[in-house]
Amino acid sequence: MGTIFFELALTFYFAATIISIAELFKGTKTTAKIMLLFVIFGFLLHTVSIIFRYIVGGHLPISSPHEATSFFSWCTVLLFFILEFRYKVGLLGSFIMPLVFVLMLSSSLLPREIKSLSPVLQSYWLGIHTVLAFIGNAAFAMAFGIGIMYLVQEHYVKSKHPSGLFQRLPSLQSLDEINYRLITIGFPLLTLAIITGALWAESAWGSYWRWDPREVWSLITWLIYAIVLHARLMAGWRGKRAAILSIIGFLTILIAFFGIKLLRKGLHVFL
Amino acid sequence: MNIFVLGLNHKTADVDVREKLAFSGPKLEEGLLRIKALPEVREAVILSTCNRVEIYANVKDTTKASESIKNFISEFHGINRDALETSLYIHENISAVKHIFRVASSLDSMVVGEPQILGQLKDAFEFALTKKTTGVLLNKLMKKAISVAKRIRTETKIAENAVSISFAAVELAKKIFTDLATKSFMLLGAGEMAELAARHLMSSGVKEVLVANRTYDRGCELAKEFDGRAVRFEEFIHEMVNTDIVICSTGASKYVLMKEQMQHVMKERKHKPVFIIDISVPRNIDPEINHIDNVYLYDVDDLQGVVDINVLERRKEAEKAEKVIAEEIETFQKWQTSLDSVPTVIALRERADAIKKEELDRLLNKLPSLGEKERKDIEYMATAIINKLIHPPTAALKEDTEDKDILIATIKRLYGLNEKEE
Repeated sequence: MGTIFFELALTFYFAATIISIAELFKGTKTTAKIMLLFVIFGFLLHTVSIIFRYIVGGHLPISSPHEATSFFSWCTVLLFFILEFRYKVGLLGSFIMPLVFVLMLSSSLLPREIKSLSPVLQSYWLGIHTVLAFIGNAAFAMAFGIGIMYLVQEHYVKSKHPSGLFQRLPSLQSLDEINYRLITIGFPLLTLAIITGALWAESAWGSYWRWDPREVWSLITWLIYAIVLHARLMAGWRGKRAAILSIIGFLTILIAFFGIKLLRKGLHVFL
Repeated sequence: MNIFVLGLNHKTADVDVREKLAFSGPKLEEGLLRIKALPEVREAVILSTCNRVEIYANVKDTTKASESIKNFISEFHGINRDALETSLYIHENISAVKHIFRVASSLDSMVVGEPQILGQLKDAFEFALTKKTTGVLLNKLMKKAISVAKRIRTETKIAENAVSISFAAVELAKKIFTDLATKSFMLLGAGEMAELAARHLMSSGVKEVLVANRTYDRGCELAKEFDGRAVRFEEFIHEMVNTDIVICSTGASKYVLMKEQMQHVMKERKHKPVFIIDISVPRNIDPEINHIDNVYLYDVDDLQGVVDINVLERRKEAEKAEKVIAEEIETFQKWQTSLDSVPTVIALRERADAIKKEELDRLLNKLPSLGEKERKDIEYMATAIINKLIHPPTAALKEDTEDKDILIATIKRLYGLNEKEE
């Protein structure tokens, strides 16, 4: 049952992605609305599939790679809605939906069986730690999309050849401000996720920090975003540099997320 | 009924001629009423803008109308008929409809796609409405022209991209900054072009205006004009720390702002973006500055490049617009021909009824002994005959055929229906 909803959600996201890419070439208000409608349907189905897994598994469905990736996409779409309605960023979908789709696709390729949770993980920390981490990561994913948009728009302005998407993309200042806003949301969440993770590790294994690859990569990610914020506030690293850093930051997250999964080492193997 | 356009525009007449022939202020009302009063003119609208003066009219005879309107204009504006002749163009019927549609849609404008003309046309039409100088034909035509222009605005991108240097600068500023009302702006030097660009920028609303000029007094004058603050020229680099947009046109022969200086400014302002427009020729600002992060430098050629791209875009869109106009002319013509056939049908019917009445009266006077029933029968027969006779031509007139005007002319001729002059 849950699988059907997941597949349907994937299909809707796929359709939305195709439309969002087509929008880059020729967009009207209607295509934008249809795209948004597809995302909304996909999101509702996606939510149902997550609730379904929660009921069957009896715990938050974020404990297998399939579930984690799926939940990550879900958070990203949620943030996409917030940005879409709050800021009305033109063409945001074209830069975010492909990412959502790729995440969902990789989730669909991972084994889907609902495993019972090992006793070591059965703790309220599971919910707190992972939800914080994923909402934080979703904010970084949005910052990544916005960062790419910034670079595209900045290229039009700098090259003195404003054509193509120039008219339809938001101003550099808005993109930069939204990027900053997203990182100021993502960074505290990531910080809290690391702290709660450490507390959880202490209660599960008796030590706060063990230098397992996931922990190391999280630390690297945290450092990168700390640099983004610090450089912005202290040295005025805004605009292009901030955009590039937020792209690098998100790539680090992806490496941490998928790379380690492929290695299947360390304590976080279940994720 | 003939649609008739007589006018001149920026392509056919110099500005001094256009100025002389403009119907401005009280002249508009007087001119409009007097043109409407001309015996050949049934309806009239005057469109008078800086780039064109046009008279739209519904006239009985285009040749006569053109003569008397020309005479009127030359007398009204006190301008020689010959001088007038060279700048005027005349359009009749389809060509007139097409012209009006193109004017409304801004395809005939100096800057294709500029939005003002539609408003001006609306005003001209509304003024004519209040003065009651229009009727069925021009009302329909003007409303149609306005709706055609709106259709073109929504279906094509004809008005989307800026096609003047100063508008292009404003457009760029809006893609660098979200809200110009929170940005401060500095005018460096006082060239004419820079002033124009500054005005455009100001009309989009900026927070603060600074003027830095070599001669401080002139700077003060300008600052007063722009409701801004004058600063000494030597201090402009220092002021740039708090300025987001700079328009420069100083007439200096060498760069007034070098890359190293700008790097320093950027550091001071914590790398907040700056948009610099260097309109001066030769350039006054080191072009290398564009390579600094968050600094966007455009010179005249760069802006012209943007304008060229946009003009090209608009030209493509103008082709689409012409297609829309061709379509709309067709629907307008359909309406017009349907209107044309109605009087002919009525005239035909009246003519037949008149003949019937005439002949019946004559016959019944000759035969006074006839009873009521016989009289009725004869009358009935006469009615049946004329009905059957005029039915085919009436039906043909009501059909929607391409050669309707020929048909109308033929029927008028065959039945001797030539309209008496009103």
